[in-house]
Amino acid sequence: MNLLGNLSLSQIPYASWIVMTAVGFEIVVALSVLGLITGYGKWGYLWREWLTSVDHKRIGIMYIIVSQVMLLRGFLDAMMMRMQQAVAAGGNQGFLPAHHYDQFFSEHGVIMIFFVVMPFIIGLINIVVPMQIGTRDVAFPFLNSVSLWMVVAAALLLNISLGLGSFAKTGWVAYPPLSEIQYSPGVGVDYYIWVLQLSGFSTLFTGINFFVTIIKRRAPGMGFFRMPLFTWTSFCTVTLILMAFPILTVALALLTLDRYVGTHFFTNDLGGNSMMYVNLFWAWGHPEVYILILPAFGVFSEVTPTFAGKPLFGYKTLVWATIAITVLSFLVWLHHFFTMGAGANVNAFFGMMTMIIAVPTGVKVFSWLFTIYRGRLRFTVPVLWTLGFLITFTLGGMSGVMLALAGNDFVLHNSLFLIAHFHNVLIGGTLFGMFAGFNYWFPKAFGFTLHEGLGKLAFWLWLSGFYVAFMPLYILGFMGMTRRMSHYDNVAWQPYLIVALFGAVLILCGIATMVLQLYVSVRDRAQNRDLTGDPWNGRTLEWSIPSPPPFYNFAITPKVHGIDAFWEYKEHDPKTLPVEYVDIEMPKSTAAGFIVGVLTGVLAFAMIWHIWWSAIASSLAIIGVVIYRAYQEELDYIVPAAEVARIEAGYLNQPKVV
Amino acid sequence: MPTASPTVEKPRPETIFGFWTYIMTDCMIFAALFATFAVLRTQFAGGPTPKQIFDLKTTLEETMLLLCSSASCGCAMVSVHHRKIPPTLFWLAITLCLGAGFVALELHEFLGLVARGAGPDRSAFLSAFFTLVGTHGLHVTAGLLWMLVLVVEMTVLGRGMTDKIAHRLYAWSLFWHFLDIIWVAIFTFVYLNSVR
Amino acid sequence: MRGSRTVCNGALTILCGLWLGGCGMDVLHPEGPVGNREVRLITISALLMCLVVLPVFFMTIFFAWRYRADKPRGVYAPEWSYSRKLDIVLWGGPAAIVLALIVINWRATLWLNPYKPLPIKAPVLVVDVVAMDWKWLFIYPDQGIASLNEAAIPTGTQVDFRITSDTVMNVFFIPQLGTQIYAMSGMMTQVHLIAKNPGRYRGLSANFSGPGFPDMRFTTIATSAAGFAAWVKQAQASPAVLDAKGFQFMSGPSGQVPVSFFGHVQPGLFADILAAHDSAAKQLPREDTE
Repeated sequence: MNLLGNLSLSQIPYASWIVMTAVGFEIVVALSVLGLITGYGKWGYLWREWLTSVDHKRIGIMYIIVSQVMLLRGFLDAMMMRMQQAVAAGGNQGFLPAHHYDQFFSEHGVIMIFFVVMPFIIGLINIVVPMQIGTRDVAFPFLNSVSLWMVVAAALLLNISLGLGSFAKTGWVAYPPLSEIQYSPGVGVDYYIWVLQLSGFSTLFTGINFFVTIIKRRAPGMGFFRMPLFTWTSFCTVTLILMAFPILTVALALLTLDRYVGTHFFTNDLGGNSMMYVNLFWAWGHPEVYILILPAFGVFSEVTPTFAGKPLFGYKTLVWATIAITVLSFLVWLHHFFTMGAGANVNAFFGMMTMIIAVPTGVKVFSWLFTIYRGRLRFTVPVLWTLGFLITFTLGGMSGVMLALAGNDFVLHNSLFLIAHFHNVLIGGTLFGMFAGFNYWFPKAFGFTLHEGLGKLAFWLWLSGFYVAFMPLYILGFMGMTRRMSHYDNVAWQPYLIVALFGAVLILCGIATMVLQLYVSVRDRAQNRDLTGDPWNGRTLEWSIPSPPPFYNFAITPKVHGIDAFWEYKEHDPKTLPVEYVDIEMPKSTAAGFIVGVLTGVLAFAMIWHIWWSAIASSLAIIGVVIYRAYQEELDYIVPAAEVARIEAGYLNQPKVV
Repeated sequence: MPTASPTVEKPRPETIFGFWTYIMTDCMIFAALFATFAVLRTQFAGGPTPKQIFDLKTTLEETMLLLCSSASCGCAMVSVHHRKIPPTLFWLAITLCLGAGFVALELHEFLGLVARGAGPDRSAFLSAFFTLVGTHGLHVTAGLLWMLVLVVEMTVLGRGMTDKIAHRLYAWSLFWHFLDIIWVAIFTFVYLNSVR
Repeated sequence: MRGSRTVCNGALTILCGLWLGGCGMDVLHPEGPVGNREVRLITISALLMCLVVLPVFFMTIFFAWRYRADKPRGVYAPEWSYSRKLDIVLWGGPAAIVLALIVINWRATLWLNPYKPLPIKAPVLVVDVVAMDWKWLFIYPDQGIASLNEAAIPTGTQVDFRITSDTVMNVFFIPQLGTQIYAMSGMMTQVHLIAKNPGRYRGLSANFSGPGFPDMRFTTIATSAAGFAAWVKQAQASPAVLDAKGFQFMSGPSGQVPVSFFGHVQPGLFADILAAHDSAAKQLPREDTE
């Protein structure tokens, strides 16, 4: 038996200078980060305050750091693709051979969905939701830490695949039989499976955690129909996670069995049925689309009323629209494969359901517009992202409805029109929403605001970059160009792809501006400090506490009397009452979450490379750590009232909700 | 206000509700596996059919074992409710034996099938069968392990019947009954319905 | 109907023409009734959606400009947050448009059902299509010939493409004729297409199928009945024979395979290919197999 399984030095792609440069760059970056931490002697601080933290705010911040780092990586893949397609026309094969190009588009999809948008959303939910519902922590803080570190482990594995073996060459959906061992031998699809499985489990844990948190830990007085909209959309998102992610788990597990044990779920022979994978995948995949977009809707529902100085138009309408989307999202999955030969009535039915889901979405857009109507709109960075979203997302909705007609899909399926459509909604919807939320809640999380000018510049670069990059793709779809082509013979397509490359460069400038914005803001943080805890004149509870909030969030659990809880307080009861502090119970930090995360990474790595002893050992270790953790007593500790009073005295100039 | 004494930790009120939530997600996993089985149940690929390989007598024994274990689990919970350790341990021991018997019978059935060349790699039908039933079996095994962990906490670690352990036992019993329900569905749809 | 169709097509052509001078838009310049119907559908759905989309564009810009805080116009209503009448319009408007689209969609989807012969009087030609790694095999069962990476069809004829795959999933697609459909092993899908005008149309796979995928193209030659007969004759003249063994030999991965012909095909080969990947060849569920 080989101790290292299928692993050997020959798995490193020495021959490819592109890959080796990227690997070298990643190693240099990683080493310099580690070096800086060592140089400043911050390992102890990092371990105590961050890696072992179960504080939802810190976990949220770490989630967002992961998503931003992975955004750079995913965007690099996108640049590679745009550059390749800009040159690989006619007889030209471009600079990327097919086996690299095919990895890049598979990675790009996986990274952007599972490691950029998902952690971004979950990070924001982590930071904001507990504060919005007036609680001190999530229901299961330890589980929260496990979720985070599993996603970090998965992200690391994905990056390792670049220099060790290869990633999947199947597209991010990995349809069998192409992803079966017969057509994709090697570790690529195995990396895909295990990376997704870790990320999926992590998301599922987060789903359980926040489902329970939102149902059970709302402040007294906050009925369901008084929850802020971001909490509502987060609630619907985690509900979707609970229902949808187990299906992904099963789909991946069956593919795993096919590849490892030789079962015949999706194979071409012995009765396998590859269409079943497609059904399972999209039974998860379509709800996933709404998992991605709903929190963004929540952000816009917070940003618009705050900066328009008006309550949200039609709170109940928006809530019911969100619920309608949540329910309907399970009834549309077949529209991802109208052309797979379902009967005409089936296609027409799923087309109908897909179009029906556009109604509540449209209602939402109008609700935001009528929130601005007769308001006083302050043009801050989050508002710019919101306006950019309203126009861009509506365009994406239009192309989405067009694709919902089976007849249209018969000629546009798998074309660049489709690519343009879903980037239109994912960038123009989800990502714009996350950027708005990032700028909006940044002062809450860190205690100082982000640089306005650079934020606005970044917005305009992203917006223009998006249109320049993706409008040509709509046209290319009408020209009959399909997705995932490492080269093409039709030179008529090339001009559009060159334009698209320019768009990608504009987005690159946008990303660079964001990095600069962050750098400048951190450098000048002394000038931009938010001393009030309420920099935007906010309406919800998170603005009622200091920025950054103390680790226990609320010294006194707030009582809620209306929809915009903090606004009501500011309007009707602006005097600060004398308060009496009490003991607070908080969860202790623990290394167990971090260790479990690392071990799941080891387990996945061992499974990918068939290092069975390591797989067994790490599985046992995971069980051991969990049992050890279960046996621990005194997982919480008491913050005495005197200590709370001392901390709160530091924020005396800030108003309190009582 | 939280004034819990430092030694006896109060269980968070969300624990049981959180466990229900987890069971909901597990239901989705089984739903997907049942759907998979429904799609592939006639894909024999020239291999054995259910009539040839299913031994309903063994399956009935398995069913009885699991049903009885659910009953003894219920008795254990009554004892937990009264915070009485010895009867709790007695009923848990019975549950453990019945559960272990179930796992042993299932393992025996699986090994017999593989020995006859009717392993999970023979046909799509057998792949779906082994995966669905095997996933349930794994859950039962995990349930037994979990119960042992709790028993060790009560006895070996000398914690006794604290509220925390009682809550964990409640959660475990939910899991156990849930597995029983899943098994009834397997018995009906996988075994009885296939040999009809 | 004809008039509205011309108007729609015209509107879209002008719209696109403004963008790009209209060249190379294969999907928007179809050469057969299926594609025509689909372009009409694209146009109608786009125009209907504009009824919502354009007001949103306008309102976004106008409201943002009018109610900006540093130089506001119009009243400020800091408490106003609901209007039942407006709410009804907000739900009703999009719902009405979607309702119209649903009706249009249902009718078009039934008309376009790829399994069903088109409701157009025309002679029928059966062509069996096999997607292979990474080439397309066309078997003409009635003519007893086969060709690789080139398919000839007579214009004005209803071509019944019966499609399967010898390998992973692919999609059979001739953009200028319309409707694409998946090719999957062990399963048979179908699409009925008609070419109105003679010409050479690009055919391709629209689903990624591995490294050779970008080169997995074929040419569709739409030609007169006489031209088609000549093409068949040319193929029949080929000494190559396609039987199970020859197919097996061909089935390995190869890319950029030149066009070739088989003068004789073993009868029932297509059914054998279908069955080879499945002990009990699955037929896709079809609800309307009149």
